[in-house]
Amino acid sequence: METTIRCHKVAKGFGQGEALVSRDTICFYLTDPKTGTVRERAHQLEGKTVTGKVLVFPSGKASSAVQMDGLVKLLVNNAAPTAMIVKDVEPVLVGCAVLTKIPLVDRLERDPFEAIHTGDFVKVDADKGIVTLTRKQAT
Amino acid sequence: MELLVAIGEAFDAERMIPVTRAHAASSGQEGDLYFVEMLAKGGAFCKIPTTTNPIADFEYFQKIINIAEEHEEASVAWKTKNYYRQIGAIMSQSCIPYLAENIPEYGEHVAFSESSATPYVNSVIGALTNRESIQTALAAGVIGETPEFGLHLKENRKGTVLVKVEANLKDAYSFSLLGQYVGKKIGYGIPVLIGIARRPTIDQYINLCAMTNTTGAIPMFHIPGFTAEAKTVEEAFGGNVPEDRIIVTDHELQQTQMELQTATGDVDVVILGCPHYNLDQMAELARLLKGKKVRDDVSFWVNTSATTKLLAERTGYVGIIEESGAHVVVDTCIDMFCWNNLKEKTGMTDSPKCAYYKRFGPVKVGSVEECVAASVEK
Repeated sequence: METTIRCHKVAKGFGQGEALVSRDTICFYLTDPKTGTVRERAHQLEGKTVTGKVLVFPSGKASSAVQMDGLVKLLVNNAAPTAMIVKDVEPVLVGCAVLTKIPLVDRLERDPFEAIHTGDFVKVDADKGIVTLTRKQAT
Repeated sequence: MELLVAIGEAFDAERMIPVTRAHAASSGQEGDLYFVEMLAKGGAFCKIPTTTNPIADFEYFQKIINIAEEHEEASVAWKTKNYYRQIGAIMSQSCIPYLAENIPEYGEHVAFSESSATPYVNSVIGALTNRESIQTALAAGVIGETPEFGLHLKENRKGTVLVKVEANLKDAYSFSLLGQYVGKKIGYGIPVLIGIARRPTIDQYINLCAMTNTTGAIPMFHIPGFTAEAKTVEEAFGGNVPEDRIIVTDHELQQTQMELQTATGDVDVVILGCPHYNLDQMAELARLLKGKKVRDDVSFWVNTSATTKLLAERTGYVGIIEESGAHVVVDTCIDMFCWNNLKEKTGMTDSPKCAYYKRFGPVKVGSVEECVAASVEK
């Protein structure tokens, strides 16, 4: 069953994939540029890969130089996430998302951490301001 | 333009407003290259004075290291530098442009990225800028506009946290420790610092700015009576009720100092000038090194801007510093490939920010006097 949640567009576009939820803020400089694996020690996603995922996280962190550098390296290696959903938006991440053309949304009408679980299939349509999710089947 | 409009929309800005100068904190890394290359190839050209951050002085470093070994990082840096030139940016290559190459006025709307620059122009000068990224500052430089939100609006420039300073701020280095502690403790906000008895000197301000905005995201602070926009504590808070109050004593500064140290024993290399040394600091360093010799087993570097070096040369400081065996470097950031050969060495610096970039192995952090004392012949 599909659920639709309204949201606010930050960076335009459409992206879909399996959700990967992180309660920790993310700095893309601390992911492996070739494999998309999170390298930051003690990070909730340490060892997991962001490639092809719809990333759900609180906010970005760290300076513009490194955040942009991290995301661009992922992009050129086809290792970037397909879309990003954040709780609080900050200017550095906005700039990075717009320039790397990765859709980014915020202000979901429901708490993204309650609504979305890792493994759910998520479609992010930033232009229409809609997030659609299909629950992962219990195995 | 798309970038700036997206940022404006994300923050519900109602309109775009003109800015009259910009500083792009060019880093010479891939993320930086990506955008400036796109602009250059699209034929963009800076509309307002737009200065640049240090990358690396290639001419200088190719004489002393094998740049070919660092080919990948070096060629990205080289290309980035050339694209900035191509789009008409001012090649100041300085991280303290607000002292010489690009000085905003009180009340001027600008777009300044770079950790020390954003809080310096907001707090000390009273110009208005948001905490920009390299790319948003550069886009503002090309377009001459920025979305009106955040610190461009007077109501968002009020203090949010009260910081009571009880520590003895004896030198510029104590201001680095204070900044390191306050940035980490507050994270994001506008601190109002009370208990600072004397007007901070320029280098003390620079250190405070650089560190609060490195360990935290502090785009502005008030020191009532000294900084530009508040004569009193009431004025600094402008009716806001402080979210929090923190007290900083000598104990917090000592604790911060201890957290920074990862080395004991002899140092192999000293790097000063992160952010770039200004003329006062060059004078101080010359005074400390006069008549001394840097030990043969230590290499000693000070980074500054080309403008400052020229003046320091004419005034005689550079001569004294070089006479001691120390090197004066311009246009260069400490987070660059040219320092890669220091990876294994024990380093010392007066900049917690320089220590944080981890270009060397174990590191000691201390005042400039301590750095000199650790490296000269007895």
